[in-house]
Amino acid sequence: MPEKVLVKLENVKKHYPVRRGWLQRTSARVKAVDGVSLDLYDRETLGVVGESGCGKSTIGRTLIRLEKPTEGKLYFNGTDISELPARAMKPFRSKMQMIFQDPFASLNPRQRVGPALEEPLTIHTSLSKGEKRERVMGLLEEVGLRPDHYDRLPHEFSGGQRQRIGIARALALNPSLIVCDEPVSALDVSVQAQVLKLLRSLQEKHGLTYFFISHDLGVVRHLCDRVLIMYLGQTMELAPVRELYKNPVHPYTEALLSAIPRPVPGRKRERILLRGDLPSPADPPKGCPFHTRCPEAMEICKETRPEWKEIGPGHRVACHAR
Amino acid sequence: MKDPVLTVEGLEVRFQGAAGEIPAVQGASFSVHRGEVLCIVGESGCGKSITSLSVMGLLPGSAEAEGHIRFDGRDLLRLNREEIRQIRGNDISMIFQEPMTSLNPVFTVGFQLMEPLVVHRNLSKKQAFEEAVRLLERVGIPDPGRRMEQYPHELSGGMRQRVMIAIALSCEPKLLIADEPTTALDVTIQAQILELILKLKEDTGMSVILITHDMGVVAETADRVLVMYAGKVVEEADVRTLFEDPKHPYTKGLLRSMPNVDDDTYTLEAIPGTLPKPGEIQQGCPFHPRCPEAMDRCREENPRVFTHRPGHMSRCWLAEEEDQDHAGESVG
Ligand SMILES: Nc1ncnc2c1ncn2[C@@H]1O[C@H](COP(=O)(O)OP(=O)(O)O)[C@@H](O)[C@H]1O
Ligand SMILES: Nc1ncnc2c1ncn2[C@@H]1O[C@H](COP(=O)(O)OP(=O)(O)O)[C@@H](O)[C@H]1O
Ligand code: SF4
Ligand SMILES: [Mg+2]
Ligand SMILES: [Mg+2]
Repeated sequence: MPEKVLVKLENVKKHYPVRRGWLQRTSARVKAVDGVSLDLYDRETLGVVGESGCGKSTIGRTLIRLEKPTEGKLYFNGTDISELPARAMKPFRSKMQMIFQDPFASLNPRQRVGPALEEPLTIHTSLSKGEKRERVMGLLEEVGLRPDHYDRLPHEFSGGQRQRIGIARALALNPSLIVCDEPVSALDVSVQAQVLKLLRSLQEKHGLTYFFISHDLGVVRHLCDRVLIMYLGQTMELAPVRELYKNPVHPYTEALLSAIPRPVPGRKRERILLRGDLPSPADPPKGCPFHTRCPEAMEICKETRPEWKEIGPGHRVACHAR
Repeated sequence: MKDPVLTVEGLEVRFQGAAGEIPAVQGASFSVHRGEVLCIVGESGCGKSITSLSVMGLLPGSAEAEGHIRFDGRDLLRLNREEIRQIRGNDISMIFQEPMTSLNPVFTVGFQLMEPLVVHRNLSKKQAFEEAVRLLERVGIPDPGRRMEQYPHELSGGMRQRVMIAIALSCEPKLLIADEPTTALDVTIQAQILELILKLKEDTGMSVILITHDMGVVAETADRVLVMYAGKVVEEADVRTLFEDPKHPYTKGLLRSMPNVDDDTYTLEAIPGTLPKPGEIQQGCPFHPRCPEAMDRCREENPRVFTHRPGHMSRCWLAEEEDQDHAGESVG
């Protein structure tokens, strides 16, 4: 059965101007997302992995049109939404939600949790006061919180509980897609699993699609169906989760996997130590963006951007050496 | 090897808060041997940083420390400000998670490296410059001459951490304390920094206390491990024993909650609930509300430290039967 595509990205770019010098002239552009083509399937969890600054958050925000792509096309359920003005976007808004690393960064510290959760219902629905309260009580229960949490202030919650509130807020309008931007990264490992379990059960119950951003390949392996590896705004490798971990093909994927410290003392490891630092996205290397750190770089890598080619069922890679 | 560089005995640290006393560290005892890496692991808020700041004499003014911290035949908790400053400049160094907070943004990297060399090692300016360049080379910073002229904000996170390590090494310390030195870094950079710390340890023979919340980092760096929970050391073991035969339910919980990148059939298990606030649990074992193995006794009496075999201790009633050392301290 062919899978239904929920979101389609065609050569999507998001460039930001960088202002430099005392005249604040735009002298360069940060290529935060630089030509990404991707299908996001209905009801799947796609993990998006890469080092900080590689454009994960930007692509997440662009995907739900919190940002307008600089170039390229974005389709939601077959409709081209790349250029839609705010009013025409409104019916799509409630279908696409986002969860952040720190959900409380965007909440008013003096507003109680219940009323805060009711706000999106006020904007997007015509529910009565009583109905809204009832809906919020239902949401609190769904995410594993108690009715008395309705009247609490943000600071009274632990990190894990805060993330549950962020999830409740995202669920309020019955979305079909949730962009999860590092939702467990700020939590202690000991409580991460609670939140991951919740995300999984909500997905089953509501048929949700997740775009799950993380820098933790361990977490991604446990939650995701497919994994996308990014580097400096570009896609390096995409594969079903098992395939990616068993048969990583891109040298960057191999290096990332080998860099993760394993909980096995005394194990001799063949670690691929990458040279140097991540180059600046304002001035990315020509050709393959990874060539400055790649242990296998060849002459062609310095000149030509590798093609995003399919090397197996659902397995794509951008590398001249593969 | 069995030669302790640092011995901490019955360390208690309390903060004076608006709502009364906050017990941040309660009766921590451990030692660090020459040339070894001791990892301290536990959830955030369990007292790892406060323990290490006590050793450095860098506790905030609102904190009060009791117990003994023996280093080089002296008790660091009994030294005056000037004496502890001498030790900090010469024998014990510390690096932190965010080097930006300990690097001064208005001075160049070179100035910050040369200053301790001039002050503590009495080098001339020229000697200090040469030594600083050598240190930057040693921590793997390319083009060190140019880096000397740069300001901290011009460096990447990984480079800043290397600079911090270079500064920490400048006094040739006997003990390096690294408090979550790679937590803010990407994995590929983390791998470089951990490799660097281990290599420098091999080269200099210094001892290292490495604080982390990542059991993977523990496995790859530690010789011995302390697991802390709610201000207490709840398990101590050599690294192999800790992973192969963990005794404390908290240690087991930490190990089971870590996602396994190499096995997708592995079921992740969270530790239920959250770390209590300091002093929140007045009675019984501080872990009992979250412990899957808690018994009636755990709710009433705080377990003391039991010894499984020499070097392997845990603070849990389950260990009482196999206790090897009935003379263990008793804890109220
Ligand atoms: N609003 C913005 N204005 C300018 N630059 C931005 C903006 N948002 C992100 N960037 C830049 O784009 C790049 C990618 O950022 P981001 O998507 O946040 O990466 P990630 O989430 O993978 O860490 C970074 O270099 C970042 O500094
Ligand atoms: N300046 C302070 N005032 C009051 N309490 C503090 C202060 N610093 C730390 N604490 C408390 O001490 C406990 C231990 O903190 P810390 O050692 O920083 O934990 P860790 O490093 O393991 O995350 C925590 O409960 C924390 O809230
Ligand atoms: S003493 Fe009891 S509650 Fe505490 S860790 Fe052991 S079994 Fe669990
Ligand atoms: Mg981000
Ligand atoms: Mg700390």
